[in-house]
Amino acid sequence: MHYHPDELILEITRRAQQLRLDVLRMVYTAQTGHIGGAFSAAEIVASLYFHHLRIDPARPDWPERDRFLFSKGHACAVLYAALAHRGFFPVSELATFRQLDSRLQGHPDRLKCPGVEMPAGPLGHGVAVGAGMALALRETAKPSSRSAASARASAARVYVLLGDGEINAGVVWEGALTAAKYRLGNLTVILDCNGIQQTGATADVLPTEDLSDKWRAFGWHVQEINGHSVAEILGALDRADQVHARPCIIIARTTKGHGVGFMAYDHRWHGRPPNEKQYQEAVAEIEGSI
Amino acid sequence: MMTTDGHWSLMRKAYGEALVRLGEQNPDVVALSADVSNSDYSALFAEAFPHRFYNVGIAEQSLVDVAAGLAYAGKIPFANTFAFLIATRAVEMVRTHLCYGQANVKLMAAYAGLSDSFDGPTHHAITDLAIMRSLPGMTVVVPADAVAVQKLLPQVAAWPGPVYFRLNRNEVPDLYDETYAPQIGKGVVLRDGGDVALIGTGMMLYRCLQAAERLAGEGIQARVIEIHTLKPLDTHLVLEAARDTQALVTAEEHSIIGGLGAAVAELVCDQSPAPVIRVGIADTFSESGPYLELLDKYGMSVEAIVDGARRALRLKEALPAR
Repeated sequence: MHYHPDELILEITRRAQQLRLDVLRMVYTAQTGHIGGAFSAAEIVASLYFHHLRIDPARPDWPERDRFLFSKGHACAVLYAALAHRGFFPVSELATFRQLDSRLQGHPDRLKCPGVEMPAGPLGHGVAVGAGMALALRETAKPSSRSAASARASAARVYVLLGDGEINAGVVWEGALTAAKYRLGNLTVILDCNGIQQTGATADVLPTEDLSDKWRAFGWHVQEINGHSVAEILGALDRADQVHARPCIIIARTTKGHGVGFMAYDHRWHGRPPNEKQYQEAVAEIEGSI
Repeated sequence: MMTTDGHWSLMRKAYGEALVRLGEQNPDVVALSADVSNSDYSALFAEAFPHRFYNVGIAEQSLVDVAAGLAYAGKIPFANTFAFLIATRAVEMVRTHLCYGQANVKLMAAYAGLSDSFDGPTHHAITDLAIMRSLPGMTVVVPADAVAVQKLLPQVAAWPGPVYFRLNRNEVPDLYDETYAPQIGKGVVLRDGGDVALIGTGMMLYRCLQAAERLAGEGIQARVIEIHTLKPLDTHLVLEAARDTQALVTAEEHSIIGGLGAAVAELVCDQSPAPVIRVGIADTFSESGPYLELLDKYGMSVEAIVDGARRALRLKEALPAR
């Protein structure tokens, strides 16, 4: 466990609020996009990009980099904002979100956008794809490898951000079984558990609780945290890195639309852009909190 | 190049052996199975390289996604299961990761066409070529015999990007000897003729050759062309046949909708109109039964190809003189 000083936690918390402002501007400008699920993930994404992930914006293809799979692709405005502020492309490019000729597609395109590891949008892919990546990175260590350079374990780890509506999809659980079978200790999934999906509460659409029990029964190491507490996120990520021979899930309890009072807990802000008045009101609320 | 010794061989056994050789040559080659490895012979690879073989269970969507993850991290995964499952249940994964994401996964589609004959229509793959051919970025390869499998598989491994490789369950006639040198994307002329062209793929190529013999007995000279790569199609060879013969017949172990016949018809309509008769299964499900008899009953007999050639010739005669 690393010690995380208060200044670091405060800095990342501020970064998360900055990401929310960027998301608001992008969706307001484009008049299309997904705010609610981007807001619920802001502290998680900020903690990964501004502290935890071993990445190098100058070398997006660095073989030893950690892989972050943004499985809940519709919420990608927050991913793009983090990548831009981390230096993968100019922040000014965020203004092109969802427009013609942009690298910032409506859902992430790994070939167009630097730093995007996986196309996402159709929900449910992150766990199984992440399991494949984790297998590949681990198998690099096998003595059967011929080249001396690859005859050691890659230190790279795989992180997946999963939505809680997304886990309705069967392939999530297929992938979870495979990750457990192969004891993928280098795979960490963060479940953004905001409790709301497109048409209502996840508990009403398709009940998935008890989530901790379910993932534990699938053979995973489970932690449950407050997903808006940077201190808890950083601690959980460190703990997950130290678990061997088991994949880890961090069940992050969050609020959809977190950060703006009138957007919170409301499924109608899943995929709707704000009008000018709503935009100004939301910006004022977030800026007031920084 | 061609043999006439009357032997029949298992493509899937040749596949398993060829996959092991690939594994010996390239440590990045890995294989996955959705728990049918003793059917498709990928079990040979599992024996040779147990640490590079992953059985993900009866979970075809996960099969393709896990393979995509391996590919994104630099491996060359060969994902094995039955053709109908790859090309129905797992198609969204194929589209999103292999095609849109360009994950370098090789899809090994076993028991294709009607070849899993006794298991019935649930296990037949008669729409896979149409589905795979329609996906941007996908390459579709259909070997015709066991030698073709051995010759094409290393090219599949070296080919940049995803490939759908279609394999037959049953023994099929040996067409080729060791001098056969196919290239992905290039058709092969097996017999010359200027009256009509029979364009076949997979198992149906053998029946095209038999049909050409019968037609020769009637004084009709049929050109026989193998199209093992449905996409990218060898447009030069097909258009040349259209111009030379003005009468084309396609033959495939697949629905007449969307497969080889459609690919040829689309091209010819665009660039050099000529009659195209499509031999294949009509827009219907078949039934359980012996393989060769099933092919005959559902429109893929030698007689169906011969009859197709006669129809193409009648249509050619009805064309206004050029």
